Amino acid sequence: MTGDVLLNIKGLHIEGRAGEDWLPIINGIDLTLRRGEVLGLIGESGAGKSTLGLAAMGFARDGCRISGGEITFDGIDLRAASERRKRALRGRRIAYVAQSAAASFNPAHKLIDQYCEVPVLKGMGRSETEAEAVTLYRKMQLPAPEEIGFRYPHQVSGGQLQRAMTAMAMACHPDLIIFDEPTTALDVTTQIEVLAAIRDIVRDYNTAAIYITHDLAVVAQMADRIKILLRGDEVEEADTRTMLANPKADYTKSLWAVRSFARPEAPPPKGAPLVSVQGVRAGYGKVDILHDVSFDIHAGRTVAVVGESGSGKSTVARVITGLLPPRDGQVVFDGTPLPPDYRARTRDQLRQCQMIYQMADTALNPKLRLRELIGRPARMYLGLQGRALDSRVRELLDLIELDPDTYIDRLPSELSGGQKQRIGIARALAAEPQLIICDEVTSALDQIVQEGILKLLDRLQREFGLAYMFITHDLSTVRAIADEVVVMQHGRVVEQGPKPEMFAPPHEPYTELLLSSVPEMDPDWLTRLLAARGGTVQAGAPCSGGKG
Amino acid sequence: MGVLLFLVIVIAASIPLAWLFRATLVRTLPHDIAIVARDMPLTAAFGLLVIGVYVFVAVLAPVLAPFPERAVVGTQFQPWDSTHWLGTDRLGRDMLSRLIYGARNTVGIAFATTTLAFVVGSLLGIWAALRGGWLDQGLSRFVDALMAIPSLIFSLLLLTIFGTTVMTLILVIAAVDATRVYRIARSVAQGVVVMDYIEAARLRGEGNWYLIRREILPNALAPLVAEFGLRFCFVFLTISSLSFLGLGIQPPTADWGSMVRDNATLITFGNVTPLLPAGAIALLTVAVNFVVDWQLYRASGLKEQG
Repeated sequence: MTGDVLLNIKGLHIEGRAGEDWLPIINGIDLTLRRGEVLGLIGESGAGKSTLGLAAMGFARDGCRISGGEITFDGIDLRAASERRKRALRGRRIAYVAQSAAASFNPAHKLIDQYCEVPVLKGMGRSETEAEAVTLYRKMQLPAPEEIGFRYPHQVSGGQLQRAMTAMAMACHPDLIIFDEPTTALDVTTQIEVLAAIRDIVRDYNTAAIYITHDLAVVAQMADRIKILLRGDEVEEADTRTMLANPKADYTKSLWAVRSFARPEAPPPKGAPLVSVQGVRAGYGKVDILHDVSFDIHAGRTVAVVGESGSGKSTVARVITGLLPPRDGQVVFDGTPLPPDYRARTRDQLRQCQMIYQMADTALNPKLRLRELIGRPARMYLGLQGRALDSRVRELLDLIELDPDTYIDRLPSELSGGQKQRIGIARALAAEPQLIICDEVTSALDQIVQEGILKLLDRLQREFGLAYMFITHDLSTVRAIADEVVVMQHGRVVEQGPKPEMFAPPHEPYTELLLSSVPEMDPDWLTRLLAARGGTVQAGAPCSGGKG
Repeated sequence: MGVLLFLVIVIAASIPLAWLFRATLVRTLPHDIAIVARDMPLTAAFGLLVIGVYVFVAVLAPVLAPFPERAVVGTQFQPWDSTHWLGTDRLGRDMLSRLIYGARNTVGIAFATTTLAFVVGSLLGIWAALRGGWLDQGLSRFVDALMAIPSLIFSLLLLTIFGTTVMTLILVIAAVDATRVYRIARSVAQGVVVMDYIEAARLRGEGNWYLIRREILPNALAPLVAEFGLRFCFVFLTISSLSFLGLGIQPPTADWGSMVRDNATLITFGNVTPLLPAGAIALLTVAVNFVVDWQLYRASGLKEQG
């Protein structure tokens, strides 16, 4: 199935500007890609995956430069080629699919207009391009392929947009497509559809692809070969099955091990629940988002609330915190019903329930130093002042494994993503609460960083007997940290119970769908899953086994 | 030809002056501010220098001025000589002294007015953005109504009603300008209040005052500072034009706007003296705008792609 060499990169060096200096981003990487072959690029953020992907188009981002090595695409030396020549290649023979389709589409134009832009520019007729767009939309399993092109980007869902973007990349039948984390921002259930569509279309057109991701299980489904990067260096490269079965480098093994984080079983709950959500109905405007939602959270235990986006997970959190007063039902905390509106709650009631947000970037005031960010709750709720406050802040920084002397006077912008999330945790701890609501706290982070955060949360729970309400769409996180699971769909609780029960059959149909959608490390997993689902997702011919 | 040559000389002289000033700042200031000063463009250094000189002159006016502000010390319209460096005005008062005192009055009043407009306008604007709902609607529509009236005519009207003391002058211009500040503060704050950290602070039970002061204001400061510079120029010009129209700072207080009006007849005789206060206004306006441009540039984050 694979043919002659399409892309050949030799000894590539890329540097990025940091003030006056140039720091290396990629240190001499070789890469060979044959026609029709899919190469998976794996690494944590900052490993240089995207930079390498873009370099395959002969492109370096602003503030970066290609300082050495060769890039040859189908016999053309991309480093020596003129900008004009490269422009003729890009879009037509090499295409790029970005991580966030929502950010990459122009919101002011219809999908089909954006689809047609490149082909028409390269001399194809408008009507034949549109006809082909419909064919591709159909191949991508988009609903109503004839009409969807006439919608604006905000009128279709995230998963559909990602598929429309892949269709757009295929418009000129390129020889090479670079996928930069195309499914990272999607729910597991949507991810399957996009993965299946991408795999089929790459196979049908015999296109070569570079698939960039930090999710091993995803890349196992897609790639023929896997290359692992760490801080701009290649760790190892092998074909998918060899790599999965027999990783050589220690770093690769550690990547594999992340998924196996599990904590000891917590003792069964005793006594009255700490928080009890009872028959809550709530919504915005005239629409109800939540219908009769009830569940309990016991002290010292973790309840994971699972569901795809739009299922009402975060709305439940807003009801518990009091940001959204429910229309019916109530939230009982430690035996006392909480006032529905947070403004009516006492300071102590507010203190008992703290929240950690998904995006640490927007959850921390960028103009405040850590001393005040973390110190403020301690000062407010516990009345700490001066030296007592200072030592409490240092203690909290120690708890989240950051060195107090180094970090206490830093601004959030001077921290990495994982460190920022730790500050979010410290701020919640500073109030000495009984319940912490974690809203997708790990979904914006890399797997290795994720593991660190989960371990930290687990340690803190055991140390302080905290109760967690853990909102997530990532079932591997649930498997790692939850004691009890609440599955939500369309604002209703579909199923709930202790974790061992929830992960053992029989399941409700929706739970079954969610569970089976979590990618596994087995390269045949997607194929088997699609076959089992009877081609509901995929209309094409049944997939043969691995093609490596 | 002479004027052109004069301008070229002034600009040529101000470049090394600005460079020297910046070099001095970088040497003398503590390290963290010196870094900012080092990346400052020459125009901004020049602007800062001019502003510094104005402040210096305004503060030390009684020491610097050779004659008292209001005393008649010579005959009318004396030419420039060694006693009266810039001659005398139509009552025989020393022009240089009045120019120096004018810095104190005009710049001082403009500064007080702008500060008042900013304190009132930005606090109300942020408060409206924070609370939303009927409070925001009420305040914003009231401000819209005020903004619908041409500002100069509105201030003339108010000054006619309340009289032309310095206090009313400050209050009236501040009220008119606070509406503009309110608009900007509100729109900047609206972008900030939707952030998660505001929600977190609300859930913590923080009061409005803490939210405005510690959570919103620091994040809205950059555009407000830039606006402060611009607004200061406008206020300055408004006061000067009101004075020129006879409704601003009243005689015998020295003020640049009325000095231009009072001595305007001299221009007919080819004398540049009445243009000096106008030049002082122009120079300060340009200087402030240089500094504001630099601040805007810093605030917009354009500096990242040098």
